[in-house]
Amino acid sequence: MELNDIAKTMDEELMNNHQEEKPLTISVLTENKSGLLNGVTIIFTRRKINIEAINVSITEVEGVSRYTILIRSNRETAEKVVKQIRKLVEVLGAFVYEEDEIHYQELALYKVPMSVFLQGNKIERLVRNSGARILAIERDYIVIEKTGHKNETYDLFEKLKPYGLLEFVRSGRIAVSKSKRETATFLKELEEASKIKSN
Amino acid sequence: METLLTSTTQEGKKMTEKISGSEAVIKSLIMEGVNTVFGYPGGAIMPIYDTLYHYEDRLKHILVRHEQGAIHAAQGFARVSGEVGVCFATSGPGATNLITGIADASIDSTPIVCITGQVTSKLLGTDAFQETDVIGISMPVTKWNYQVTKADEIPEIIARAFYIAKSGRPGPVLIDITKDAQFDSLDFHYKKCEGIRSYHPVPKLDLKKVDQAAELINSAKKPYLLVGQGVLLAHAEKELKDFAEKTGIPVASTLLGLSAFSDDHELNVGFLGMHGNYGPNIKTNECDVLIAVGMRFDDRVTGDLSTYAKQAKVIHIEIDPSEIDKNVKTDIAINADAKEALKALISRVDQKQHSAWLQEFRDCDKLEQEKVINTTLAPETEKLKMAEVIKLVSDKTKGEAVIVTDVGQHQMVASRYYQFKKPKSNVTSGGLGTMGFALPAAFGAKVAAGDKEVIAVIGDGGFQMTIQELGSIFQYKVPVKIIVLNNNFLGMVRQWQQLFFDKRYSSTELVNPDFVRISEGYGIEANRVSEREKIDDAIDKMLAYDGAYFLEVEVEREDNVFPMVPAGAGVSDIRLE
Repeated sequence: MELNDIAKTMDEELMNNHQEEKPLTISVLTENKSGLLNGVTIIFTRRKINIEAINVSITEVEGVSRYTILIRSNRETAEKVVKQIRKLVEVLGAFVYEEDEIHYQELALYKVPMSVFLQGNKIERLVRNSGARILAIERDYIVIEKTGHKNETYDLFEKLKPYGLLEFVRSGRIAVSKSKRETATFLKELEEASKIKSN
Repeated sequence: METLLTSTTQEGKKMTEKISGSEAVIKSLIMEGVNTVFGYPGGAIMPIYDTLYHYEDRLKHILVRHEQGAIHAAQGFARVSGEVGVCFATSGPGATNLITGIADASIDSTPIVCITGQVTSKLLGTDAFQETDVIGISMPVTKWNYQVTKADEIPEIIARAFYIAKSGRPGPVLIDITKDAQFDSLDFHYKKCEGIRSYHPVPKLDLKKVDQAAELINSAKKPYLLVGQGVLLAHAEKELKDFAEKTGIPVASTLLGLSAFSDDHELNVGFLGMHGNYGPNIKTNECDVLIAVGMRFDDRVTGDLSTYAKQAKVIHIEIDPSEIDKNVKTDIAINADAKEALKALISRVDQKQHSAWLQEFRDCDKLEQEKVINTTLAPETEKLKMAEVIKLVSDKTKGEAVIVTDVGQHQMVASRYYQFKKPKSNVTSGGLGTMGFALPAAFGAKVAAGDKEVIAVIGDGGFQMTIQELGSIFQYKVPVKIIVLNNNFLGMVRQWQQLFFDKRYSSTELVNPDFVRISEGYGIEANRVSEREKIDDAIDKMLAYDGAYFLEVEVEREDNVFPMVPAGAGVSDIRLE
């Protein structure tokens, strides 16, 4: 490759950084309204963006919900999607974050047959070593619980699989941003802003 | 009107009164100042229609022939009056028939409130007769929607609906009301909506951005203003004129922006887009500062984005933040109401003239005149051309009529050759390109326009998509003038087939019925003209007629609209022939 070509490729790479596909977390603060989830998700549908995980939860402010949505997309598209989400009347705010801008976690549950558990302490050790815990013990099976990032919960999944894993489920991601601002402060700012505007 | 106001005050004084949900609907509409509703009854909305029977003196209802007609009429009404258009429909098919119009109103920012009846709340989700999930169906095309299942929600929800529909960037709202909520009673008290915590329709003007924009404009050598419907929606026509006159900047308009800036103003350089004028398209790629006001860089305006105005610094004045940087990257984004932003800009910009730059547009006009306009307006063809008809209508109405167009060749020709002189006098389906829009929209527009002349210009294809609304025009004696430019083709598609599909005219030829006899069957005075020497008289006769009038003009069958920016090409690639 010619030197010029290399330089050109590097430039393109820099430009593509904004257009590079990567995991992005979209956090949406909303009023509690039935049907709104549909309104949010169809915005992704329209651009044919697959939602990898979604979680809806209450927040520290009464009546306000937070949707945490994990997608794979480029930043530019995600920003446009977020602007569309903000247009929904009951949406208070929407933000897009890259992996290093948030603290996030997921939860996984593993159901394994009691029989393998009784075959020795291998599984027990596995549970202990991987920072998981036993959630429930029933006559025929036990349920193991583990929190962690996708690769960590998947790692345990791989390790348990040879023992005849009966069921596996992983939750959507939940995340908080690294910014110091609280939801309540953000809402107060919003209310102030709406006062100025209506004058 | 006076009685309406007095009764409003009286109602305002009363604390509460016990009434039915359906009466609350009607009273709420009256409190919002609504005087006309377009609609069609059916099972699930019968309680509302029953109440309407007692309020006919205060709330006029226009019975259309199809719900699509109701919403397009409401759109025409809204576009001309600047008020919220209101329509009623029943559940199921009634509601789904509104969807095309809702999508049209959404993409063209038209304030509409649709009220649909719904099956009784106990039956929701059971596939009951005429039950459809209209909330789900309309969600992507409404600005807001809500299903009312309890009577006492009605006043507050209707107040919200009107507030949301007309504030900020306007749009359609749908309220679905179950039959039991219409029957049940509530303590009625009406309070207009003044704000919603999660909704901020008018962003605060950032004066720092205005300063930066003014600086850029003051230093520009070839500044260029593109205006869209945002100017009309913000009632900023005067501010636009003052701004343009002070800065001496040439002004071009998008399809929906037409009539915001008088066509006879010396700074008006014309119409943008795929079939717009030559200069406005070419010069987009030669200006140094592009100032876009209340427009959204639609692909029919920009053509290929990768070659669009790359040389220019872009200032975008736009009320909807999601439009900023969506298609064209801006250098200075002013996220604000167009009127407010222009007002602030006027005091900050220098008085200037750009005569040489303006002359460049005039030189382009000369070329377009020679290559396109002359042969279009004085053709050697035996048959009339669409443009000749429009030019005559424009001259005879002095550019002061409201022109309602459908979608296709006639729409582009009307937009090119009608000289719009009055704001809000251009009503058309832009973003969605809805054939069948014009006939119902025109009668809705005429209901709002009062004495102003309203002329629908429609193709023979689109006319037959909502032809049944001749019935509404007949029943309510709406004195709208209807011109059908008949070429027995779906003309625009045929033009594309000719230019890009080797003349394979696949399913574009129409064998039409006798439109004159159909109109006469509907009790509408009608005439057909095909000869050039008769068109002048025919238009005079139409304009002089006191009442609704239908004029069919047989035009050149295989005429093409030029100039043209081929799909996917850049604005510089505009073709004159």
